[in-house]
Amino acid sequence: MSHEEPKDEVGAKLGMWLFLFTELLLFGGLFILYAVYLARYPHEFATAGHELNVAFGAGNTVVLLTSSLFAAMAVTAIKRGERGRALALLGGTLGCAMIFLAIKYLEWSAKIGHGIYPGSPKLAAGPPGESVFFGLYYLTTGLHGIHVLIGGVLLSWIGARVKGGSIHAGDNVALENGTLYWHLVDLVWIFIFPLYYLIL
Amino acid sequence: MSSVQTTTAAAGGFWRDSGKTGIGSWIFSTDHKRIGLLYLYSVLGFFLVGATLGLLLRLELMTPGRTIMGATTYNALFTVHGVVMIFLFIIPGIPASFGNLVMPIQIGARDVAFPRLNLLSWWLYAIGALVVLTALFTGGGAPDTGWTFYVPFSARTGTNVSVAVFGVFILGFSSILTGINFVTTIHRLRAEGMNWGRLPLFVWSLYATAWVQILATPIIAITLVLVIAERVLGTGLFDPGRGGDPIMFQHLFWIYSHPAVYIMILPAMGVVSEIIPVFSRKPIFGYKMIAFSSIAIAAAGSLVWGHHMYTSGMSDTAVMVFSFLTFIVAIPSAIKVFNWVSTLYRGSISLEAPMLFALSFVLLFSIGGLSGLILGAAATDVHVHDTHFVVGHFHYVMFGGTGFAFFGAAHYWLPKFYGRRYKEKPALIGWALMFVGFNVTYFTMQVLGIRGMPRRYYDYLPEFAPLNMVATVGSWILAAGLIIMIVNLWRGLFWGEPFQGNPWGGATLEWSVPTPPPTENFEEEPVVSHGPYDFKGAGVP
Repeated sequence: MSHEEPKDEVGAKLGMWLFLFTELLLFGGLFILYAVYLARYPHEFATAGHELNVAFGAGNTVVLLTSSLFAAMAVTAIKRGERGRALALLGGTLGCAMIFLAIKYLEWSAKIGHGIYPGSPKLAAGPPGESVFFGLYYLTTGLHGIHVLIGGVLLSWIGARVKGGSIHAGDNVALENGTLYWHLVDLVWIFIFPLYYLIL
Repeated sequence: MSSVQTTTAAAGGFWRDSGKTGIGSWIFSTDHKRIGLLYLYSVLGFFLVGATLGLLLRLELMTPGRTIMGATTYNALFTVHGVVMIFLFIIPGIPASFGNLVMPIQIGARDVAFPRLNLLSWWLYAIGALVVLTALFTGGGAPDTGWTFYVPFSARTGTNVSVAVFGVFILGFSSILTGINFVTTIHRLRAEGMNWGRLPLFVWSLYATAWVQILATPIIAITLVLVIAERVLGTGLFDPGRGGDPIMFQHLFWIYSHPAVYIMILPAMGVVSEIIPVFSRKPIFGYKMIAFSSIAIAAAGSLVWGHHMYTSGMSDTAVMVFSFLTFIVAIPSAIKVFNWVSTLYRGSISLEAPMLFALSFVLLFSIGGLSGLILGAAATDVHVHDTHFVVGHFHYVMFGGTGFAFFGAAHYWLPKFYGRRYKEKPALIGWALMFVGFNVTYFTMQVLGIRGMPRRYYDYLPEFAPLNMVATVGSWILAAGLIIMIVNLWRGLFWGEPFQGNPWGGATLEWSVPTPPPTENFEEEPVVSHGPYDFKGAGVP
């Protein structure tokens, strides 16, 4: 049995899906807290929620959805053997990731500039519900931002492997798994955006 | 096969056949057997650390007032004892060590589905352990919060909680990756003929465990991140002064940490389900129900976390619902116990070391499980909450249960992997001392708890003094048994008599491969034609 076994693509994807479940549950903890504290402080959440800039949130949603589209198209391209196009599309995804983080940076800077950050004197002086809202806001979007960073690093590494030729039309499960992760990052944002920017 | 069986012990198999020796060939190996042994030595090392701390705690409680240490040291010691035993020994314990060693062979696979990820799991475990150890000796000193890290104290104490909690976060990652690896392996790599109805019960229990690892661990991860955020950023999500609610911490913490006790106990039940039929010379009774009850325990056990919080001020409705669900978990647990007993009935029982540990498991787990129902019933729990009764209960299930099963597994499987065996007589003496010492220590604790002695208190009233003395003496007997057992295992596995073939007549696949198994496990891909306890079908004499 010393022969090289064929690569188990189904197994690799199964493992990735299981990992994605764990990521959903990780964010799930924060969503539970959001639900409980929203029920406890509906008015404070509404007041605080209106301080968030919908334009930043909506812009970032468009950017992330576009990045996911590029990622999905990269998979199709590599399956057709179009390496150059796949690389360009992955580059598009990474570009979108950077735009997302840049917008996030502007948004956070503006908030912090107004004295709204975890443990700030302004929040401590205000109603407790608002302090909880912004605490959750920073933790949730921060954790999501870290995932955007991780996803970006992952896709860059995968892009390098596409370029090097170890990911190709016949063996591309690593690229598929990488884009699955990217879609998860996108999906989590799809829940964060309405919860923090729209429904309150 | 018979020609391979004569491979001389310790000179063959995966120890030598790759031609690689030295430390690098172990800590960078992707062979599931080598990783399993890495885990075994790591968790055993931490078990000894935790056990020493436990002995010191018992020594302090031997007499009222100060015996050997101050109150602050005592707080740090029971915290570190808990953290080490829970996160570094018992959670990775059986699945990562014996699961890695045995499971791939039991399903007829060459390795796990993701061998490199498996190695990464061990490295994350090692790094996490290192971070936890760093927390003990740096900064404000070892955490003094108890292993549960309850807020608000954990958000405010000056001790090194953030670093310790970050270490546990990394350990959680390691646990998740092992879970993902095992679920994928069991789905994808079963040999031809190894259908779900022929899966050994140890594999079934690992499968259920792996799902709990996958689904529950992320919740502790985010909870620990939140504790660090409380301390470092001052987010105040658990701080009532800033609108937060400390009860939410308890919910999030137990959403993981209760299912985690099933991560600890399920693989132990799997070990017992392997040992009992082999040493009763009889197929297991109720295979399907034992397999099903593993899944049922994993599922129902994920919905009972609130029974740790009856006195937290949670609503009465929640208390009643959680109490009811807790009683539901007793059903699949009892199904297992009755099936093991039915397997023993009219069996040709052979009382060798592995069997003694397995039988102890059944008894001690039953005592621990029944005392768990006293705690699960809200009305009685209010009286014994946070007393030594809880400590006794927990140790009956975790040490009397999982601990004894761990050592049973060591006596059952390690000779197969080392090609040498331990001496039977010292093994029996070690077991007997452990069994007696265990009961003297922890049964006494349960009595103390019923009489009202609180847990985690540094000092106690004079009327508790005699029983505390008894419990401490019991801990010495227990320790003596442990030392004899470990020395005997150590000497036997490295210098003992050669161990050949299948002396106990097991029908699972690991007994059909050479001793010790070669790196590739099987000479050729196995085709499975009989069930795991079909001793006749396996051609076992």
